[in-house]
Amino acid sequence: MPTEPTSPLAYESASQIVFGRSKKPLRCGFDLTIGAGYVFPEVNFTLPAISVEKATWSQVVAQYEEMATKILERAISLQVPGLVLEFELLPAMTLTPEWGAELTRLLESHLRRAHDRHGLRCALRVTPTDMRDQGKPPLLRSGAPWETVKRSFELCIEAGAHLISIESIGGKELHDPGLMYGDIRAIIFALGVLAPRDTAWLWDQISAMCAQKGSSIPAGDSACGFANTAMQLAHQHMLPEVLAAVVRAMSAVRSLAAFEHGAMGPSKDCAYEGPIIKAITGFPISMEGKSASCAHFSPLGNIAAAMCDLWSNESVQNVRLLSGSAPEAFTETLAYDCRLMNIASDKGEALRLRDWLTESDEWLSPQAAVLSPEATMSIARAIVSQKGYYDRTIAAGLAAVGILRAGIHRKQLTLRVKEVQWLDRIERELNSLAADETKLTEEMMGQHGTEFDASSYGL
Amino acid sequence: MNHFKPLYEAILSGDNKAAIAATHEALAANADPMELVTTAMIPAMDEVGKLFESQEYFVPELLLSGRAMRAAIDLLRPLLAASGAQPMGRVVIGTVAGDLHDIGKNLVSSMLQGGGFEVIDLGTDVKPERFIEAVETAKADIVALSALLTVTMPSMKLTVDGMRAAGIRDRVKVMIGGAPVTSQYAEEIGADGYCDSASGVVALARNFMAESHAH
Repeated sequence: MPTEPTSPLAYESASQIVFGRSKKPLRCGFDLTIGAGYVFPEVNFTLPAISVEKATWSQVVAQYEEMATKILERAISLQVPGLVLEFELLPAMTLTPEWGAELTRLLESHLRRAHDRHGLRCALRVTPTDMRDQGKPPLLRSGAPWETVKRSFELCIEAGAHLISIESIGGKELHDPGLMYGDIRAIIFALGVLAPRDTAWLWDQISAMCAQKGSSIPAGDSACGFANTAMQLAHQHMLPEVLAAVVRAMSAVRSLAAFEHGAMGPSKDCAYEGPIIKAITGFPISMEGKSASCAHFSPLGNIAAAMCDLWSNESVQNVRLLSGSAPEAFTETLAYDCRLMNIASDKGEALRLRDWLTESDEWLSPQAAVLSPEATMSIARAIVSQKGYYDRTIAAGLAAVGILRAGIHRKQLTLRVKEVQWLDRIERELNSLAADETKLTEEMMGQHGTEFDASSYGL
Repeated sequence: MNHFKPLYEAILSGDNKAAIAATHEALAANADPMELVTTAMIPAMDEVGKLFESQEYFVPELLLSGRAMRAAIDLLRPLLAASGAQPMGRVVIGTVAGDLHDIGKNLVSSMLQGGGFEVIDLGTDVKPERFIEAVETAKADIVALSALLTVTMPSMKLTVDGMRAAGIRDRVKVMIGGAPVTSQYAEEIGADGYCDSASGVVALARNFMAESHAH
């Protein structure tokens, strides 16, 4: 059986959970403690439109050299109290693990220098690309793609990564078509049966590698490939927003599995389900919102900050802006966002600011409504009230439906008729699922058995 | 038209079983297969496209309609082939090398099939050589290239350049799309067209075919 309950929650009530403070602060990197009172920027950056190949490798390295230099210059001049750099490997840098390791070493050396010379408390998060979905169906636990990803982790750990993360994709091969066809049963199977099994297995591997290969901390995962896909499709009016909101709540179960198998935080910035993880585990979380508009839209710009411990820009290309390069400009934006949150904490006003951040977004989108402190606690409670992944996923989905229904009832949330029809349908389908996952597994094996590799999930 | 309305309605509502039943009934009543396509199926999918564009339909409704249409056309295919009827056009589609994203590409693929095109989907991370080979094998009219990452956009140019070097560029139209792609980029790399939404792609493909026939 996948898991045992993690209950009780790390927090007793919504009034306790706030940005900058986690129940289990994490010391990492160069003298940085995350979740001990202050929110720090987590700056993420990427290349402009250039190919990543042998012939262009020196240009790629020069780009990262420039980005690290400029980001740290700006951070130091703004006297940030601490900083995390995230290096998200591009696919080519994972496929050639030595490339990812070389850039990891480069960025670590920049941070070391900034700490030694300027006393900047800082850490480096490194996130290899999950390339295991190349086969059809994807083989997740064996074969060349997994061996490559594993090698990438090992080399990045040896090269000095302080925090290790991944946006894992197990279950996505069924979740994507499930979303596109609005197939709620396939979505539940992907999120509640397949994905957490893969996340659990993968984080056992990552935690073991961190323990064996160096001093890296297994940080956390993200349901980016699931819930953020739904969020982006909803933004483009391709999917109902209520479906994206319910998927977000349910995706917390598969992201939580990472923490039940060695992850210690901070969770990945794009894991908007992070507050639910924090409420359950007490580990610090990274979040992104309004200052990640350089990377993508979200209807969660302010509310995402309400309970964060790191505040990220998600990703920005190294292009020239009037004030300098885009990565350094966004470093500045994050620095000021964090300053405001930190002064609120210093003045004993963190909860007031948290509530403003929450209320400014909460009822303008169903996706925001499921991420308020109250909603977070409600979904977290629903999750820990159940034992297995499958039951937890259904419970999280129904909790999200309940939150949206209550908002509609109180006339706080206004939805189009089409959205309400979808909410009805989602609730109906969640309630129609058998109490045991075996029946759904058999049904999905029959319908989609060729689309996923059962042995990759221990099925 | 009485034969066509149930099929039109079944496709519009994305009802697979009803579409199959309506097709059988129409054929039993001696309806002309090509007329079923042009009078019921394509108009139904055009209406689905309009409903999607006006945000009355989400993607699931759109895809279920596409699935219903494909189920119906599968029944007609042998009859259409026997009568020498051709698809609206043949499209080779794929996400370019280095890029594993496929949702947008799949959506475009489904829209094109719904619009009466035959689609050869090469999947993701497709190298230029595979596009070239598929164009030649399938005698494609159109190549559709997708990319979600700025760092994989150069693969679009490599693919277009590869087609030119292989001497097949003038035989096909090239359309590109994806979040970071722009019409300016399409011009820069020598593509024939760009579309910023899945719903506009059928119109673009039809324009390409009309241009080809005009020549």
